[in-house]
Amino acid sequence: MNLRRLANPWILFALGVALVRAMAANDYYFTLLNIIGINTLLVVGLNLLMGYAGQISLGHAAFFGLGAYTTGILTATYGVNPWLALPAGLVVAGVAAFLVGVPALKLRGYYLAMATLGFGIIVYIILNQAQEWTGGPSGLSGIPPLAVAGFPLDRPDRVFLLIWPILGVILLLSANLVNSRLGRALRALHDSEPAAQSLGVNTSRAKLLIFIWSALYAALAGSLYAHTLNFIAPVSFSFMFSIKLVTMVVVGGMASIWGSLLGAAVLTILPELLTVFHDFEIIIFGAILMGVIIFLPRGLVRGLLDLWEFRRYKKEGGPFPVS
Amino acid sequence: MQGEDRKPKNRKQIKGLEHLAPLLQYLISGLTNGAIYALIALGFGIIYNSTTIINFAQGEMVMLGAMCAISLFHFYPSLPLAFLGGVAAVTLAGLLFERLALRPVRDQSPIVLIIITVGGAVFFEGLAMMIWGKEAYSLPPFTGNAPLRLFSATLLPQNLWVIGLGALLVLLLEAFFRFTLVGKAMRACSYNRQAARLVGIPVSRMVQLSFGLAAALGAAGGILVAPLTLGVYDMGAMLGLKGFSAAILGGLGSIVGGVLGGLIIGVAEALASGLISSGYRDAVAFLILLVVLFLRPQGLMGGRR
Repeated sequence: MNLRRLANPWILFALGVALVRAMAANDYYFTLLNIIGINTLLVVGLNLLMGYAGQISLGHAAFFGLGAYTTGILTATYGVNPWLALPAGLVVAGVAAFLVGVPALKLRGYYLAMATLGFGIIVYIILNQAQEWTGGPSGLSGIPPLAVAGFPLDRPDRVFLLIWPILGVILLLSANLVNSRLGRALRALHDSEPAAQSLGVNTSRAKLLIFIWSALYAALAGSLYAHTLNFIAPVSFSFMFSIKLVTMVVVGGMASIWGSLLGAAVLTILPELLTVFHDFEIIIFGAILMGVIIFLPRGLVRGLLDLWEFRRYKKEGGPFPVS
Repeated sequence: MQGEDRKPKNRKQIKGLEHLAPLLQYLISGLTNGAIYALIALGFGIIYNSTTIINFAQGEMVMLGAMCAISLFHFYPSLPLAFLGGVAAVTLAGLLFERLALRPVRDQSPIVLIIITVGGAVFFEGLAMMIWGKEAYSLPPFTGNAPLRLFSATLLPQNLWVIGLGALLVLLLEAFFRFTLVGKAMRACSYNRQAARLVGIPVSRMVQLSFGLAAALGAAGGILVAPLTLGVYDMGAMLGLKGFSAAILGGLGSIVGGVLGGLIIGVAEALASGLISSGYRDAVAFLILLVVLFLRPQGLMGGRR
């Protein structure tokens, strides 16, 4: 019904990706773009959970890690075909999300945040300690690249051709999910859980579904990450990375699919641009996270637009900008 | 010489205790760490009671306490002054954090508040890294470093300081909540904010006070533990999260629960690292956290929620 309305941003997205593909000059840019794509995948999933279900995962890096390590170990150590290892990663992360989510989501309030926090740290410790499987803190190397029809995606510019189309499909899927029955149920329970229940929404089931769904995105991102960099180490899946993902969601704007792309892109590019950022990464992420959620709770773009509209209203009068 | 003489007489007894010897050692180190976790857990509980916020920045107060005391000690080598000065500075930080980051927020939904306190935690950690760098600093023990013998185990005077002062702080806290007007007012706020406001209790001041109190407790814990471990900018995150696990295990908001939770987690951790594997030591607290959330989410002592 809203095909025409949908068409615009999607065509723009495809054109943008094609343009970037044509313009990007060397491997460095392609690697950066691939990381942005992978981070966006993670952030969209987390955003579905935070923005639409009103729940927060403080251990999303763990699902990312489970996806990456499952495919990494299966392909590098056991020589399994990457295209078979990828679904295995999804299954592992999905089952883990189910086990963490079922008990935590029955309860209202902070419980998912607490459970995912504990889960995230445990996974991180296991990745470091189970050296015979994961290679420990020094990481796991020798992960083969993905291949499409015998054509190996062994260079950043080739992987780009896989990651960004996948991202496009995931974004489209997520936009449709938000407008589906489940999406409406989630928005209802975000506003008032009792009200949603009284209208017949099985709230804990809806929350569980979206939580598993977001974990699956993270696992997919993890598999792609492992095959893109051909090397993984536990550092990439730490508690700090979970916090970075939350920051990306907040900067992009909660409950915004396109905002996820923006948040991931901004916070992936900034550290590359500013060396200051590299030295003081922790404090800057903390300041951004607090600053944006306090002053621009609807995200960077939406928040700045709101401020601008509000100023115009103060100068010119007219109808109060309600949105 | 004396030991030589006593040995034959007590041989039988010692033999019986032989396999218990490491257990006693684990118990001592577990109780020491547990006392710190308990202090942190109480901080979580105090803030939860007055606001239903879980303040993930609590662990950073521990780190700030240790670092401030160490800096003060280098500036003027007096341990009591460093202790009091560190606690005072961190209390101020806790008050400022509430005033500047939490009170101005209009959308007080849980997810927003969680994000702010997590952001605060990361911010404090980064701030500490800017001020103190990445090196670890030491604080001298409160009274010497000569190990004491307890049966077959050894313990440092600092272990006793941690356990003793920790217990004293808990008792003072309990007395504060039970016998002082301000403490009673804070408890009233935790039972029912609306009703507390109706009888004239300044609720927002009580909330701020609870942040100050929690920060002070955390700082005290950090300064107590600093001579045993070292003070580093990133020590807060792990301590805070373990204290949080302790708070959940005991039941958020319960003083007895927080102490019990802290001690159980401390001892479980020490036993696991001694008997199973030291690599998985840090996972124990979070495993307990998950098990508690699944089996008894209100915690050992929590009945109300």
